[in-house]
Amino acid sequence: MKARALLIGIVALAVALMPFILSDYNRSQGAEVAVFAMAILGLNVVTGYTGQISIGHGAFMALGGYTTAILTHDHGWNDIATLPVALLVGFVAGVVVGVPALRFHGAYLALLTFAFALAVPQVAKNYSSFTGGTEGLALPTHTGMWLYGVAWGCTAAIYVVTVFLLHGRTGRAFRAARDSEVAAASSGVSLALYKTFAFGVSAAFAAVAGSIYVLINNFVNPDVFGLTLSLYILIGAVVGGLGSLWGILVGAAFVQLLPIGLTSSHVISAEGVPVLFGAIVIIVMALVPRGSAEVLRLAMGLPNRIRRSHDSSTPHSLEAR
Amino acid sequence: MPSLLELQEVDARYGPVRALHGVTLTVGEGEIVALLGANGAGKTTTLRAVSGTVRRGGTILFDGKELRGGPEAVARRGVAHVPEGRGTFSELTVWENLRLGAYTRRGSIEADIKESLASFPWLEERRNQQAGTLSGGEQQMLAIARAMMQRPKLLMVDEPSLGLAPLVVAEIFRNLKTYNEQQGLTVLLVEQNARNSLAVSHRAYLLETGRVVLSGESDELAQHEGIRRSYLGY
Amino acid sequence: MAAYSRFIVPALLGGCVIFLIVGSLQSSLFAQQTVSGLANGGIYASLGVALVLIYRATQVINFAQGAIATFTTYVAWQLMTWGLSYWPAFFLTLAIAFVGGTLLELITIRPVERRGNVLTVVIATLGVLILVEGSVGWIWGAEIRFMPPAFPAKGIHVGGVSFSLQDLGTIGISIASVVVLWALFKFTKIGLAMRAAAFRPDAARLVGVRVSWMLSLGWGLAAMLGAVAGMMAAASPSVLLQPNMMDGILIYSFAAAVLGGLESPAGAVVAGLLIGAMLNLLGSYVSWITPQLLLPAAFVLMLVVLLVKPSGLFGRTQVRRV
Repeated sequence: MKARALLIGIVALAVALMPFILSDYNRSQGAEVAVFAMAILGLNVVTGYTGQISIGHGAFMALGGYTTAILTHDHGWNDIATLPVALLVGFVAGVVVGVPALRFHGAYLALLTFAFALAVPQVAKNYSSFTGGTEGLALPTHTGMWLYGVAWGCTAAIYVVTVFLLHGRTGRAFRAARDSEVAAASSGVSLALYKTFAFGVSAAFAAVAGSIYVLINNFVNPDVFGLTLSLYILIGAVVGGLGSLWGILVGAAFVQLLPIGLTSSHVISAEGVPVLFGAIVIIVMALVPRGSAEVLRLAMGLPNRIRRSHDSSTPHSLEAR
Repeated sequence: MPSLLELQEVDARYGPVRALHGVTLTVGEGEIVALLGANGAGKTTTLRAVSGTVRRGGTILFDGKELRGGPEAVARRGVAHVPEGRGTFSELTVWENLRLGAYTRRGSIEADIKESLASFPWLEERRNQQAGTLSGGEQQMLAIARAMMQRPKLLMVDEPSLGLAPLVVAEIFRNLKTYNEQQGLTVLLVEQNARNSLAVSHRAYLLETGRVVLSGESDELAQHEGIRRSYLGY
Repeated sequence: MAAYSRFIVPALLGGCVIFLIVGSLQSSLFAQQTVSGLANGGIYASLGVALVLIYRATQVINFAQGAIATFTTYVAWQLMTWGLSYWPAFFLTLAIAFVGGTLLELITIRPVERRGNVLTVVIATLGVLILVEGSVGWIWGAEIRFMPPAFPAKGIHVGGVSFSLQDLGTIGISIASVVVLWALFKFTKIGLAMRAAAFRPDAARLVGVRVSWMLSLGWGLAAMLGAVAGMMAAASPSVLLQPNMMDGILIYSFAAAVLGGLESPAGAVVAGLLIGAMLNLLGSYVSWITPQLLLPAAFVLMLVVLLVKPSGLFGRTQVRRV
């Protein structure tokens, strides 16, 4: 327990001090890592802890992003003030999506969220009077320091909220929903409520991530939140390890920084990045379905704090036979 | 008589549960051998061990050579396994089921089809019927006909009489006896109905909790005190 | 109610067909839009059957099917750029697709299947999607390429209405490829073995069928169908040959597979043609349905079908595995 808290403290300190030694550009890169961390955290809540798979989180990011963009661009709101609104919009959307999602399992849900991820940008393109269509909306810029601070501040806040949720009764309900529907239902846990809630929370996190993403890039258009983004969030979650809070940082850094590192040092071209990512996803699924967090955990001999001694940290649906 | 199938100290497990503990038995060429025992004694598991459907330890010799690999390889060696539940392809037609039985065969299968029809004439008129719509007895006979299409050296049948009327059961056992007498087919039979299996077989083994506890000539076992009490009811 | 439920689906389909025929007779614009819609539908049908083939055998939804189709289409383009004329390139591409699809399953899916369950395989197919689509961009770049059409840009005149030869050809080729596949399954030994492996893998093993090989071949066949769909799509004026070419079409094909019943190839064909025709007509006649809204419409359709009748139009009502 103590080793755990110490490690978290060290990581938090490192994250807090890092911007002081980085250039302005690298600070905004760091902010983008936070964006992915938030989105992956959101995906983890739904896929890793409740076993419902979603490939549509880019769409929730789009909702948050467009909320922020429209409010600041058309109505002159203060950027930070739009974040809670985005959170709310995301939550509502997540609940709305979560209700029908209750009826579907596994592959069907993956299918529907996949289609959702492709459909939402099309809707955005269509109602261009609201959204600025394919030309998009341009937004004012911010310094790297500001972006870094806001992004990681939100990430920390979301992380704390998640830890609280997962520790308490909600967390037990989540894990019950994931591991055995029948058992959970018979023990009086209202599965439907918790699953929908999980979806709402998950989408809310993604929405905030989307808002900050838009602020970092000071630009938004439908292609920004396309299928690729949803897939990259999933890659980050998979590589990091579903059902693990540690893996989120690994996954986010992997997805955001690796491509940049490889292309700028000319190891591979920009077009080669998806090829590498695809190969890595396949390899991870073949060898270590639980992702790198499991590897790290085993290597350091640390127990996963969120896991109780008798729980399984692997999403039941991803357990290797 | 040379032995066609030999099991030497064969173990098998389902996950953490051990189902077979060092089973040793032989089936001679041209014999009908029966495996007797109560539910859960390991009869079905023994057949599965031979056909490679379950993980097992120990040695199995078939036709003198070691038998290895999964069901596909075992089928190619000439072992036909009619499993519990018959293994009928319900979604396919009767004809397609028969053709699948001959999957491992090269060359023409016309002669085999004629033979199947001779044993079960009703197959002809039902050829395009979906196998799943046949009655239980018909499906069982289809399963055996399908296995015979393989021209196997060894036929393993698991609980053929399950859920079937006595007349149908009698017909099935008659067929097995005919195959054995006319074609020299070797049969390994698992059957809970001890009376029927002892009547049709030459030798039998009694299994209890995954071990062979008794073996011998079938007519002698039919007189055996313990068997009479527990399995024949008198 | 149960007595009538057998008639609902045929009645619905019959109604649609009658609607299409009557409308076509009334208006030449309607007829043209119906035919070009059917051409799109042929593409959705081919890719939809590919999806059903794999789902039926393994319960896996192959998200990479569209990307594989794109890749094979680029291969066709490359062959034509190197000087091969259209039809030789077409058939050579089919052969390459078959081999490629089989190898792909062997290398990327088999290792995952060994250790994982359905969900890990589904995620792996997403990995394959990223890998294959990325490969297209890596090998050929992201610029839009021009694919020579299969048929000359002529019009065929039937009853005073002019139809595009390309559209009619697309419908013909899509249907022909599905029919050829059906014949393969119905009349050949290996087709029978593949069906047996798909329906009852354990029983199939007992008769000597190498079930895993059958799955690999299934992927090969699915890739071939995808290649047909891709090549027809690239020839269509509304589709551009670029790396993400099949992303949208994949969704329509999923909708076709779902509507037809995920385990029914015939269902995918009928549903695909229907969706193609209906969406095209909706786009032409209903003013607020712009081209961008067609994809969300397909999504809504899928959602409704899965909520109301998950087994689709032709599927069996019992679901084999959840």
